Amino acid sequence: MNEIVISARNLNKHYHVGGGLGRSGQVVRAVDGVSLDIYERETFALVGESGCGKTTLGRIMLRLQEPTSGEVVYRGQDLTTLNDNKMRGLRKNLQIVFQDPYASLNPRMRIEQILAEPLRTHGYGTTAEIRERCATLLEMVGLRRQYLRSYPHQFSGGQRQRIGIARALANNPDFAVCDEAVPALDVSIQAQVLNLLRDLQDQLNLTYFFITHDLSVVRQFADRVGVMFLGRLVEVGTTEEIFAAPLHPYTMFLISAVPRADPHQRERERPILTGEIPSPMDMPSGCRFHTRCPFAQKICRVEDPALQYCGTRAVACHFPLES
Amino acid sequence: MTNKIETAKTDTVLSVRDLRTEFRGDRGPVRVLDDISFDVGRGKIVGLVGESGSGKSMTALSLMGLVPKPQGHVSATRMDLDGTDLAKLSPDGLRRIRGRDISMVFQEPMTSLNPVRKVWEQVGEPLAIHQGLKRRDIRARVLEMFEMVGIPDPKARLDAYPHQLSGGLRQRAMIAMGLICEPKLLIADEPTTALDVTTQAQILRLMQDLRDRVGTSIILITHDLGIIAEMCDEVNVMYAGQIIEQANVFDLFERPSHPYTRGLLASIPKATEQRSSHRMPSIPGMVPNLAKLPPGCRFSPRCGDAMPICLQKEPGLADLGRGHNARCWLHLPHDATTQREAS
Repeated sequence: MNEIVISARNLNKHYHVGGGLGRSGQVVRAVDGVSLDIYERETFALVGESGCGKTTLGRIMLRLQEPTSGEVVYRGQDLTTLNDNKMRGLRKNLQIVFQDPYASLNPRMRIEQILAEPLRTHGYGTTAEIRERCATLLEMVGLRRQYLRSYPHQFSGGQRQRIGIARALANNPDFAVCDEAVPALDVSIQAQVLNLLRDLQDQLNLTYFFITHDLSVVRQFADRVGVMFLGRLVEVGTTEEIFAAPLHPYTMFLISAVPRADPHQRERERPILTGEIPSPMDMPSGCRFHTRCPFAQKICRVEDPALQYCGTRAVACHFPLES
Repeated sequence: MTNKIETAKTDTVLSVRDLRTEFRGDRGPVRVLDDISFDVGRGKIVGLVGESGSGKSMTALSLMGLVPKPQGHVSATRMDLDGTDLAKLSPDGLRRIRGRDISMVFQEPMTSLNPVRKVWEQVGEPLAIHQGLKRRDIRARVLEMFEMVGIPDPKARLDAYPHQLSGGLRQRAMIAMGLICEPKLLIADEPTTALDVTTQAQILRLMQDLRDRVGTSIILITHDLGIIAEMCDEVNVMYAGQIIEQANVFDLFERPSHPYTRGLLASIPKATEQRSSHRMPSIPGMVPNLAKLPPGCRFSPRCGDAMPICLQKEPGLADLGRGHNARCWLHLPHDATTQREAS
């Protein structure tokens, strides 16, 4: 395996909700004890349903949010202990492609200004050099350099996402968080953007932390997958392992819930998860999944299973499925 | 006056012919729907699939009489809903039909519910409007509907406000509202797009159950070909305001005949397929601007199979048998000599 680029070590992010005036509030454990290593030049996909904490984890990895406790180690340095100045220096290596291509570009800025901003912030060079770099970036993501003078509203969603990618890559980062970078797009455009991300990864030796709820994209795009449920990482493995033989029942339900684009498979036996996701403010005792898990036993209601590694795989379950 | 045509009940609930919808723009009218013709069989689930801007939702709004006026103009040879021609109804007539004979479930269950009214009052509103029921009876009927759509602890949920329900429960409530007057046709516009996959699977199963148990006919609008494959009997693929292919779901997936349909099917990431180092197939270019359509076939600028005639003349629907149609010159007779003369 390649070298580790970034690791999360026992990360926690707890929010206090309500309370005040003598009443004690509740605690939402958005990220709860997550540990994870990301290797050089891999695409690590983090999947889970809304509210499971995947975006929060992604933002903490870049220290866009401060963790309640735990460490984020980037190439040997604990980011959580760095002062603002040192952190700013590292920011050009750590970038993010945002979810909504409509909301993440300033409508009053020309594309050139949008792309030049990170370059200027990190002292890229002279005005002429910056201009040339902007044009190169635009061409790198498959747009013509004439568009430098255009405004975001002149572009389609897919093109805006390309501009967002160009901005993230302006300073040659080596780690990029892609937060739901494609679902806002139509399938034919989505495939174009995924191809672009993969080409750029090969050219620029990028490592991706790919946050998504779309398992079909994961299957085609990721090297490894982590599955989150209510703030916990419940399973980690290579993409092949996870899809061929999920160990955690939740992973199995997630995969089986994806509609298959083959009408002949519609009659297949398909386990469907029943019930609702428990409220993160009122977390079940023991394993968080036990209220919906058809395999739950007594111990699942009492004891919270820890994430246990075994080779490349890890699972947090008292009774992992047979592989 | 209603437009009831005295006919025996047929197997077709909805029959649309030559639906056209135009919007007045600064530079002349823009035709957002062109030559839309399709049928919905009784108890069938019919899919409208396409990318954003292809006209799927506009088709639904045109059927419901919800196209904004006066900018929008809808015309059709026929929009026959079980004997009633929707195209000929007055605004009042449409109001009597909507929510009773034809109803719609929207994409975003949060924004389509009123946040300051209790859920049961909203779900029961069609009953108050169309059947003039008393509050007590409405409440009892809403409770029945909540049970039918699988809302857990339905009694307690009656007096809830929308924000107190999860996205999945809100969408179940919306479906209950859509079905409460037992409509002949339910239009579901991207009903699961805002939901998580496991919740989506629950809602899709619910819609299948309702079709099987109650016999509801459904138009399912989605951009997800996986959902189409799981749910639909018949499929209409839309592109730039037209239906470019229509077929039985098995024929469509086995023998996609329009290059756009083939491209769409190829570009779906398949959850069952291994990660490949190969590039994912994608369709180059993007959807055309409806105000500036290319000459000839609307898909020709993105089509790998385009021939000279495709750039000159708009194709009609080619009949491929068994109700399978494709709007493509590959399947239509055309004279090779006219191409040469023209070029």
